Amino acid sequence: MPEFSRDLAQFRTEIGAWLEGNCPAEMRGGDFVESDICWGGKKWKFTSDAQKTWMDNAAAAGLTCPTWPVEYGGAGLSRDQQKILREEMVRINAKIPLQSFGIWMLGPALLAFGTEEQKKHYLPQIIRGDIRWCQGYSEPGAGSDLANVQTRAEDMGDHWLINGQKIWTSYADQADWIFALVRTDREAPKHLGISFMLIDMNAPGVTTRPIQLISGKSPFCETFFDNVKVPKEDPSGMSRIVGEVNRGWDVAKHLLTHEREMIGSGSRGPLGGRSVGEIMNSGDELNSNPVLRTEAMKYEVDALATGLTLERYKDMAGAGVPIGNASSMLKYQGTELNKRGYELLMSLAGSDAAEWESPQGELASEWLRTKANSIEGGTSEVMLDIIAKRVLELPYK
Amino acid sequence: MESLLLNEDETMLRDSARGFLDDTAPVKAFRAVRDAGSGFDRGLWNEMAQMGWAGVLVPEAQGGADMGHRAAGILAEDMGQTLVASPFISTAVMAATVLRKASGARAEASLAAIASGAAIYAIAVDEGAKHAPERSALQAVQSGNAFRLTGRKGFVAEGRAADRVLVLARTSGDVGDADGLTLFDVAADTKGLDRRAINSVDGRDFAELTFEGVEATGDDVIGEVGGGLDALKAGLEAGQAALAAELTGLSAGSFAMTAGYLKERKQFGKLIGTFQALQHRAAHMWAEIEVTASAIANAGRVLDAAPDQATLAVSLAKARATDTAKLIVSEGVQMHGGIGMTDEFDMGFYMKRARVGAEWLGDYGYHAARVAAARGF
Repeated sequence: MPEFSRDLAQFRTEIGAWLEGNCPAEMRGGDFVESDICWGGKKWKFTSDAQKTWMDNAAAAGLTCPTWPVEYGGAGLSRDQQKILREEMVRINAKIPLQSFGIWMLGPALLAFGTEEQKKHYLPQIIRGDIRWCQGYSEPGAGSDLANVQTRAEDMGDHWLINGQKIWTSYADQADWIFALVRTDREAPKHLGISFMLIDMNAPGVTTRPIQLISGKSPFCETFFDNVKVPKEDPSGMSRIVGEVNRGWDVAKHLLTHEREMIGSGSRGPLGGRSVGEIMNSGDELNSNPVLRTEAMKYEVDALATGLTLERYKDMAGAGVPIGNASSMLKYQGTELNKRGYELLMSLAGSDAAEWESPQGELASEWLRTKANSIEGGTSEVMLDIIAKRVLELPYK
Repeated sequence: MESLLLNEDETMLRDSARGFLDDTAPVKAFRAVRDAGSGFDRGLWNEMAQMGWAGVLVPEAQGGADMGHRAAGILAEDMGQTLVASPFISTAVMAATVLRKASGARAEASLAAIASGAAIYAIAVDEGAKHAPERSALQAVQSGNAFRLTGRKGFVAEGRAADRVLVLARTSGDVGDADGLTLFDVAADTKGLDRRAINSVDGRDFAELTFEGVEATGDDVIGEVGGGLDALKAGLEAGQAALAAELTGLSAGSFAMTAGYLKERKQFGKLIGTFQALQHRAAHMWAEIEVTASAIANAGRVLDAAPDQATLAVSLAKARATDTAKLIVSEGVQMHGGIGMTDEFDMGFYMKRARVGAEWLGDYGYHAARVAAARGF
């Protein structure tokens, strides 16, 4: 693993040179498309040799998870170094070597709540892209009221017996393992009977079924657990529960904060980074309609200010200022804005965007998909509840 | 560019400003100004000058604190919170920015007078009901090195108290032309300059200025003859950013009152803050203030780092601040119910200042259109 300097100017030079030597030419340049994403895992089929080389090179240097500690295979970078890494990658238009729910969610949960054995075992697999994880949170009866999960884990002595159903499990059909919220105590108050459990998707009794959305195909699945046996401990003695038994809600809450920041920020910003101005000018005389133009201008004002807010909160995170429940604000503003942006794009495209599989047909699908933005990861209404109660401290009763 | 967060010096400035204003200039102090019809409290302004606020943009050589536009925004935001009436924006921000750019011995003396609190400046630009500098018709007829100014300017901030007036006059071209305008620096008591007090909704110092053959010379010209908009642009943008900051402080101050009220007012046997219909609206208001605060911080940073390329950042800040303040004060009155409609209660003051601040130096439409233009519409 390369040793990087702590001096930021020096680091920029070093990381630039490292990227030069390790990021294959095919993994640079071009527009970002969905199929560029490398998810890793046992079922993953690399789209090219270059994609595999790039993932392996980055993983070997710990740079798939740049801020994770070196002892677990990360690169141990500071926030400032991570920012420079990102800038240098943007500069050469490098694709992201590996993305996964392991990187975004399970890893941070393990770092905060896992045992030393769990960290040593699972984190390197995530960093290398060996195992692809999915998230098992929502259930048909536990959406906004997530703590109402009913998937049951019965204590059978040496193992847990799992029965129940998860929904909205993204890429469950592609995943090797799932981290799931399961009910380990049915008598306790609902927040205090949940555990955060790690389950092998290949275990007998686990099945998945894809969900088709109004926007068309989706990565979402239903996942069913039918008498699935989960050993309490692996042969090495390592627990399959992260954090304490019945305290999984603490882990989940911690992760949801992460998820909201992510959804709020979106990797490419609202409208996938497109400027409404560009779109207005590329359109025809329809777009000179004063009402549409006004809407577009107002959108642009709010989009720019929201982008600056993400920057300001990144600055806060970088300075070590806790963001806490304000992540609900970022999620609320980011997703509502994105929906508004797509409504606007659909208006600008008119009937051209109302036909599937037309040149504008992708847009219709994207537009419909944005409707989920303000539902997944906590609805806008739940976000407003959190702001009202936790940030503004408005009374409960 | 520097972080959008406050640095150590700025945090200290904010804390000390907040402490001073809470003690010396709570909303009660503004009520006294409104009741007296005095526009602003000159004694308070002198105290602010002693603390370096009047010279926040004046170089140290002229006795200023030279802290930059982000710092000016912090002060304006703090003043907005408790509705402090002062010539800060017209004098310490706009006039200081214009004169600093002008350079020369006379400008330096003027800057020193601003920093010490001795001189109050008014910026006389608009003639109609909407901000439109290029629509200036006030004529300056040149003869050799002499000029005679004739015409009127409406709704001039600090127009009553001003010692000096920076007035935008037409030396050539037609109404609507950006060229052919010239900026003059004249004494407010010059013969032929008449000032009529405007009874402004927000209770501040505004006046209509009438020029009847007011005499000026080439020495009074700031920048080039015919280049008035160039001379004025940086000052206007600095003022727009500071006003946006004031409006954001105003939003925060007004919102704090409303959030407090939700925690104490009972109806139907419950605190009204327990009602989800109000909780969600309050949460939305806070989320809007957070987004606007980012645009304010950004405008200050861009003005400090690249003042020639600040139009987008400044107009974004003013558009957002105008929009947010309107939401916050409207919801503020509504959530307070009947008491919010009474003059005895302070909420109305916030609403009135938000309305005047919305128009002054360009309304939402003016600035949103500038944002759109800068973004390639």
